[in-house]
Amino acid sequence: MSAQGTTSPLGRLAVSPGRRRKDRLARGAVLSATLLALVPLVLIVYYLLKKGLGAWSSDFFTTDPTGSTFFKNSDIGGVKSAILGTIEMVALASVIAVPIGIGVAIWLVEYGRSSWFANVVRFFVDVLTGVPSIVFGLFVFIVLIIGTGTTYAGWKGSVALSLLMLPVVVRSAEVILTLVPNGLRESALALGAPRWRVIGRIVLPTALPGMLTGVLLAVARAAGETAPLLFTAAYTKETTTNLSGFMNSLPVQIYNDVTSPTPRVVERAWGAALALVTLILLLNLIARLVSRRSRLA
Amino acid sequence: MEAASITGGDRGLLSRSPLARVPDRALRWGLTVLAALILALIVYFFIRLFDESRPAFEAQGVLSFVFEDNWNPSAGHYGALPLVVGTLITSTLALLIGVPVAVAAALYTSELAPRRFRGPLTILVELLAAVPSVVYGLWGIFYLAPKLHPAEVWFSETFSFIPFIGGGTVTIPNCFIAGLVLAIMILPIVSAISREVMSTVPPDHKEAALALGATRWEMIRLAILPYCRSGIVGGAMLGLGRAIGETIAVTILIGGSTQMVQNLFGQSNSLAAVIANEFGEAQGTHRSALFACGLVLFVLTLFVNGVARYFVVRAGRSSGPPRAEDHRAGAATAALVADTAAGA
Repeated sequence: MSAQGTTSPLGRLAVSPGRRRKDRLARGAVLSATLLALVPLVLIVYYLLKKGLGAWSSDFFTTDPTGSTFFKNSDIGGVKSAILGTIEMVALASVIAVPIGIGVAIWLVEYGRSSWFANVVRFFVDVLTGVPSIVFGLFVFIVLIIGTGTTYAGWKGSVALSLLMLPVVVRSAEVILTLVPNGLRESALALGAPRWRVIGRIVLPTALPGMLTGVLLAVARAAGETAPLLFTAAYTKETTTNLSGFMNSLPVQIYNDVTSPTPRVVERAWGAALALVTLILLLNLIARLVSRRSRLA
Repeated sequence: MEAASITGGDRGLLSRSPLARVPDRALRWGLTVLAALILALIVYFFIRLFDESRPAFEAQGVLSFVFEDNWNPSAGHYGALPLVVGTLITSTLALLIGVPVAVAAALYTSELAPRRFRGPLTILVELLAAVPSVVYGLWGIFYLAPKLHPAEVWFSETFSFIPFIGGGTVTIPNCFIAGLVLAIMILPIVSAISREVMSTVPPDHKEAALALGATRWEMIRLAILPYCRSGIVGGAMLGLGRAIGETIAVTILIGGSTQMVQNLFGQSNSLAAVIANEFGEAQGTHRSALFACGLVLFVLTLFVNGVARYFVVRAGRSSGPPRAEDHRAGAATAALVADTAAGA
């Protein structure tokens, strides 16, 4: 409006009404698309809280699902076995994936660098990132169930989850390790420290908080996966600490309950979903807090 | 103490005893073997998957497995075309809906939003990636699908003259809902990569456009979008890879009919969903056919991700003023890490 008059010395520089209208329209469109992107998030969170909190009760977390849904007021139970199963399997998966992942990342940064072999390894790790999670489930089924002639087990589910976590751990640890200043390595080497000492005493402690962030994100990813567990750990109602038997998990419990025709079982699915999302958001939050404390980047 | 052990002996100052070199070599070779193991694992993976799906390929023929429209396990027919088509339709739909919104969100958070809103907005969009697939399925089938059903019926009746889109029966779990939820699921990853690529546009380009009198939108169109095109295409392809391989949400939302999809609002199936649905009770050739579905899925995502990475890495070295080599690599790595983080 201010540059309206053509008599103003700035008149020539003013943006023509047509261009200004187009600018406003386009910016409006971009803003509304951004808001549109947030609509599903708001709706999901709202419905999770509304339905999930309704399903939570004092014994929701302390009882196992019963599976008796025939009578209207029979006790359908809670999700204790699912929560414990998820924690146990994800813990074992981390024990497998984290040392291997960090080891590969150290090799990539400290030894492989940009040799052709290191680039091939990077490419294959990227390939792992893109493999659909259900295909990992099939792979573990082929190797550990057909291959050994046995049946489903919790630890086989963990192996499937660890395959899923591996690329996330490797790539995030690699990025953090490259951020460790070369000056630190060079000074340690110049003082006569052998390479393994430099890695163990200088590089790893510096990179630790950053790597922890990547590990937590990988754990959060594994905790929410259903597909790799369907044909590896399967489903059971009972709480168990025996990783060589069938094992329940939150995502599989939800998947089973979704397909139920009984509304109360569906409600249990909402409650379990709220518990799962809370767990994953908590892991994400801790990951962010840890990365803020990192001295790198 | 290390220094003491070096100067302590009668060796030269700079030499280290052969014994002291052992842990160094052990670490080096141990880690190399570990890295090589990953390669071996994937190759083994591929071979075993191929091995297990061979009976189905032998019974059906490789080409007819992919291109024949007849999936009827009880009659021993394994023509997976309806599944391939279902996979392609839902993931194309996800791209058509998801990518424009994701790119717009990336543009807004990196260029237009007031500075103090940028961080929170970015985190909010990325939170979509934290929601597990099965929760999307739960929400989609019990909230989104019933809510959208009247609108779908209206749309289908109004545009009944358009083949495939209108005219058919509108079911509650259907192809369109599956595509829509997939669009929401790929939003964070496409947006994260687009934003990462947009942050590599040299400020000179943007300032030059503004100094020449361009409006903000003209600056975006002239300076930012052309520079980022390749990166955005790469991000969209990575999203496509995700959409193709997505299993549980699609299994819940797509309906599970193994007939060839008749219209957009009817039931269908996808390669991943059919595995989740049928694997539990599959035996013999049927199981082998499902492994074959997994193999097709694996090869398809491998191809899509390969193309995607080519574009994203190229975006890291796209035109512009000469920059240091490590800087370019940095941009590409940052984009790829954004991908892994968004996948979390």
